[in-house]
Amino acid sequence: MNSEVRTFGIAVILFLAAATLPLISSGYLLSIGVSIAVYTVLATSWTLFSGPTNYISLAVAAFFGIGMYVVAGGIDLLPFPVLVLIGAVVGALFSAIVGLATLRISGVYFVIFTLGLAELIRQVVSWGQATMGTSSGLYVLTDFTDPQIYWALLVLAAVVFLIGWWIGRSRLGFALRIIGNDEVVAVHSGINTARAKVILFVISCTFASITGALVAPRYSYVEPTIAFNPFISFQVVIMALLGGVHRLWGPLLGVIPFTILWELISANFPTQTTLLLGAAFLLIVYFIPHGIVGLIESGIQKWKGDQHG
Amino acid sequence: MDNHVTTQPALSIQDVTRSFGGLVAVNNVSFDLHENEVIGLIGPNGSGKTTMMNLISGALKPNNGEIRLYGENIAGAPAADIAHRGVARTFQIVRMLPSLTVLENAEAGGVFGHAKMWGAELHDRARELLQRVGLEGIENRPVSTLTYIDQKRLELARALISDPKVLLLDEWLAGLNPSELRTGIALIEQLANEGRTIIIVEHVMDAIRSLCSRCVVMSSGVKIAEGGTAEVLADPEVIRAYLGDENA
Ligand SMILES: Nc1ncnc2c1ncn2[C@@H]1O[C@H](COP(=O)(O)OP(=O)(O)OP(=O)(O)O)[C@@H](O)[C@H]1O
Ligand SMILES: [Mg+2]
Repeated sequence: MNSEVRTFGIAVILFLAAATLPLISSGYLLSIGVSIAVYTVLATSWTLFSGPTNYISLAVAAFFGIGMYVVAGGIDLLPFPVLVLIGAVVGALFSAIVGLATLRISGVYFVIFTLGLAELIRQVVSWGQATMGTSSGLYVLTDFTDPQIYWALLVLAAVVFLIGWWIGRSRLGFALRIIGNDEVVAVHSGINTARAKVILFVISCTFASITGALVAPRYSYVEPTIAFNPFISFQVVIMALLGGVHRLWGPLLGVIPFTILWELISANFPTQTTLLLGAAFLLIVYFIPHGIVGLIESGIQKWKGDQHG
Repeated sequence: MDNHVTTQPALSIQDVTRSFGGLVAVNNVSFDLHENEVIGLIGPNGSGKTTMMNLISGALKPNNGEIRLYGENIAGAPAADIAHRGVARTFQIVRMLPSLTVLENAEAGGVFGHAKMWGAELHDRARELLQRVGLEGIENRPVSTLTYIDQKRLELARALISDPKVLLLDEWLAGLNPSELRTGIALIEQLANEGRTIIIVEHVMDAIRSLCSRCVVMSSGVKIAEGGTAEVLADPEVIRAYLGDENA
């Protein structure tokens, strides 16, 4: 309990410190801050589902794009907060359908399916816009400023962490860990595995949709290639694996260095980003399979061992 | 007709069949298991014993027949539902949850199944059962550090924590050395004395003799004998089935 209070205290301090960023910097630094906030929500919520179940979802872009498109499509008709809510609901419903349809299939097919899903939605949206005779994108003209978006994302990140913390202590979280270890044991222990997986998948995807909705005003012009960019899905997976998926705060440790590194790479080598992304993925999986968290924890263990020895 | 005729069986297997392609692994098998009874399900390798356990626990669905748990047909129901209704099992090849501690492995059976516990109640019950099966003092160890017999013990604790109406043990004693075997048999004997209702699949005949009042014998998917353990084991057809297996 004591250590839990301490962890919570540290989290609050970090959160408040992060909240001061827009007061210090408004330009380049803030835009990196927004990216970090976006990917913190995406990677942490991705890990809520994929961490314990080992189901690698490449559907983040699909749900992120849905949220973004709900805002882009409705910004002239409804207030922004209502649109964010609608984006969340649409994301939740859609992920429930996808989850029910796919989570009975095994992990490998699930990966392929989720990858195809984002692409499919992107094509459908492009096709829809083409047949309706509108332009290839939508204008999102609001007077939201970057600091406002940043703070909104920060609050969302806090919500993700609180929900993740709660799941970790709940029966649902325990069920997911059992499922991730051995699905046969899970069913014979009375776990409705399909239901547990769908619930977590929906929670995870809904956060991606809310994130897409919140950042939509940053893009004054939204088109399918931006909203449903498969790069988003890949980056989320890489960041989460880099940080470590077995701790709630693991993905954050991957998001921060990766986002900064990525900014440098895309500024200096804009044409080689895909290649470097692939290389980063291979290096991470090969050299730090348990992520930065794993490195830290084994380092601590070694240190403790040395102390005793 | 025996003296159980007036009471409803805990488990009633009626004309159950399951095939895999052309192979009929369980062929029209029927038998009853009464409350507080421990029966042996024996037979040579590949005779269909594990398949029968899988059918009862819902890991497999029968092509035909009924499986009644206290009168309710559970044949073909999802495994999780059958667990809720009170069937727990161990596995022929032990199944651990490697990223969970010993304590959590035991607790896994007690949260979502027939008995539903959480928090302090769950921890207390799991500790109690770990002590019972001889695993006290290592609650927080990772399961990878456990010996084979300790993993089997842990699996038994995980099954028992759900307080099952019917417990299925698939070769729980296999792979144990003679002294471990004695401990294992004593442990199951305790469960029997408590009035647990158990089906034991086993090749260790000494265990069957000391634990089971009755036996069902399968060979090539068919039930070839059923009755008191001593007489069944003396049955020429049963002996032939086992010898035939050895000659093969
Ligand atoms: N899932 C399956 N798919 C195909 N064939 C199977 C399957 N499960 C079992 N069988 C076959 O059914 C037959 C019965 O197998 P089962 O495992 O039930 O035998 P068993 O009596 O438990 O044997 P053992 O004593 O070796 O454990 C075997 O021929 C086996 O190969
Ligand atoms: Mg078997």
